[in-house]
Amino acid sequence: MPESAASIFINALLANNFVLAMFLGLCPFLGVSNKLETAFPMGVATTFVMFVASLCAFGLNLLLSAFHLEFLRLISYIVIIASAVQLVEMVLKKYSPTLFRALGIYLPLITTNCAVLGVALFQTARDYDFVQSVAFSLGGGAGFMLALVLMASVRERLQLSDVPAVAQGTALTLMLAGILSLAFMGFAGLGG
Amino acid sequence: MNAEVMQPQTTPTVAMIRTLGLIAAICGVIIVGAYQGTYNAVQENKRIAVERAVFKVIPAARSIGEFIALPDGSVEKTSASGTVPAGAVKFYAGYDDAGGLAGIAAEGSAKGYADSVRILFAYDQATSSITAFGVVAMRETPGIGDKILVDKEFLANFPLEAKLAADLKGLANAIVTVKQGTKTKPWEIDAISGATITSRAVGKAINDAAQILLPRIGPNLDKLKEKS
Amino acid sequence: MSQPSGIMSARNWDELMEGIWRQNPVFVMVLGMCPALAVTVSGINGLSMGIATTFVLVCSCGLVSLLRKLIPKEVRIATYIVIIATFVTVVDYVIQAVSLALYDALGAFIQLIVVNCVILGRAEAHASKNTPVVAMTNAFGMGIGFTIGLLALGCVREILGAGTLFGVSLFGANFQPWVVMVLPPGGFFVLGAWLLLFSALARRKQRKLTEAAQNA
Repeated sequence: MPESAASIFINALLANNFVLAMFLGLCPFLGVSNKLETAFPMGVATTFVMFVASLCAFGLNLLLSAFHLEFLRLISYIVIIASAVQLVEMVLKKYSPTLFRALGIYLPLITTNCAVLGVALFQTARDYDFVQSVAFSLGGGAGFMLALVLMASVRERLQLSDVPAVAQGTALTLMLAGILSLAFMGFAGLGG
Repeated sequence: MNAEVMQPQTTPTVAMIRTLGLIAAICGVIIVGAYQGTYNAVQENKRIAVERAVFKVIPAARSIGEFIALPDGSVEKTSASGTVPAGAVKFYAGYDDAGGLAGIAAEGSAKGYADSVRILFAYDQATSSITAFGVVAMRETPGIGDKILVDKEFLANFPLEAKLAADLKGLANAIVTVKQGTKTKPWEIDAISGATITSRAVGKAINDAAQILLPRIGPNLDKLKEKS
Repeated sequence: MSQPSGIMSARNWDELMEGIWRQNPVFVMVLGMCPALAVTVSGINGLSMGIATTFVLVCSCGLVSLLRKLIPKEVRIATYIVIIATFVTVVDYVIQAVSLALYDALGAFIQLIVVNCVILGRAEAHASKNTPVVAMTNAFGMGIGFTIGLLALGCVREILGAGTLFGVSLFGANFQPWVVMVLPPGGFFVLGAWLLLFSALARRKQRKLTEAAQNA
């Protein structure tokens, strides 16, 4: 019996959070999460790219399977993702130049975000149909954004705290991520 | 000294397309070469893995036949390419030394704690029961979820009753996992306390697969009885 | 530009060591985290992922370096990605042919090697500007450094979380494994602990250097 779209969404958002449980999208998570005002748009941009990538991957998979060209799957997915990111960049540059400048180098880096390719690969591996894939990518993107925003909020607060110098930087961020991950484990089983 | 300094800044389109075509060709050759080169080894590995799993759940089996059960109720051998048409369920018939049917094995999967839990369960048509199960792939928590493999009380749940319903369209009683200690019926599975999610996944996996597959086995037993 | 062969081999040694210590991808550059944390639930998984990544690194950097004069500037990133994806596909099939059990254990993260920032970073920053031998040596060093990082993570998590090392039980039946270490939070904690250790060592070294400079 197929999983319902709602349960897939909740699952990708909480119990199997892309960042905190599945270890996808860690580079931007560790790199962009120091300020809330950049973290949120980054999350939105990534979610959008994940959604587009999911749709394209679904269509591509149908095409490749029909022609028995499964071994081209990885290459075609990554090319589609690179193109989608290029598209998002062009759209942002035209309609919101401030946001484009704010995101800076991190926008093209969405191409190498494991979460985006991860969505495509996992939905193929789990044989999701169209609706399930959409729920999966939206849930995953929302989960990514949630983790990013949580981390950014905490890190902003921590800048005012007295953290020992030896622990500052990435070590502290990782410990924080571990605690967040531990907390999210409490969601296990939610969504059936 | 360096003529490159005087080259134009942008690459002319023709040269770009030519280079990209060359690179695409090189990559294509490498991929196809790797695929062809490893194909036989990969297929062999898959076959060995299936065999090992089936022999484990049907101890009397010495050889395996692969079949698919189609939605229209008929059963046929899997095609050479191994593709399973939509709505069809793949299953394995285990044959003993004499070539007689020792049991049926099929895969089921359900969502566990971390990812999907894929199991292979064995069905004995003579007693209409599910006799054993084995895990094909799982990522459950070591020491907690993976207890389903070794916990004696969990394993004592089997054989499970899997009689067909009167209308032969499904099971008479759905196989379901219940809280530890509350098992009263032979088709219930007592969960492992502290590993309920994984235990439930096992129950759901077996139930979902059995509901579809078992009604299609009965009418086709003659086809399966003898090793062909 | 030609160099005497003596310097060439010293340079190659330098290239090799860069990835292992000074610019270790896991502990210094903190890149390629996704596979580093996801598959390192055991030493053998970490080692296999490291070897697979090293293979892709060396081959991709080699090919990129060979073609560096041909690749158009405008589409270079896309080209690098396609080349990397090619070799990742090769590794994917090779692992399936060698051991299906290992393939199941590493899962989707084999294919996710494609988006490992280390590889793309090396291709862009180094392979596109150097000769094949130099590029591949550097890539090999990076790969070794990455593998060492993965091994460090995987072994610690396996010892604490399962009581075994490469499958060999260390502590006997009464050992209560610290299960969280092989779960996602454990990955974060162990890497954080390693980084903390390296940070402490670096600070101590820095302190000794300033003391020596002051006393001189």
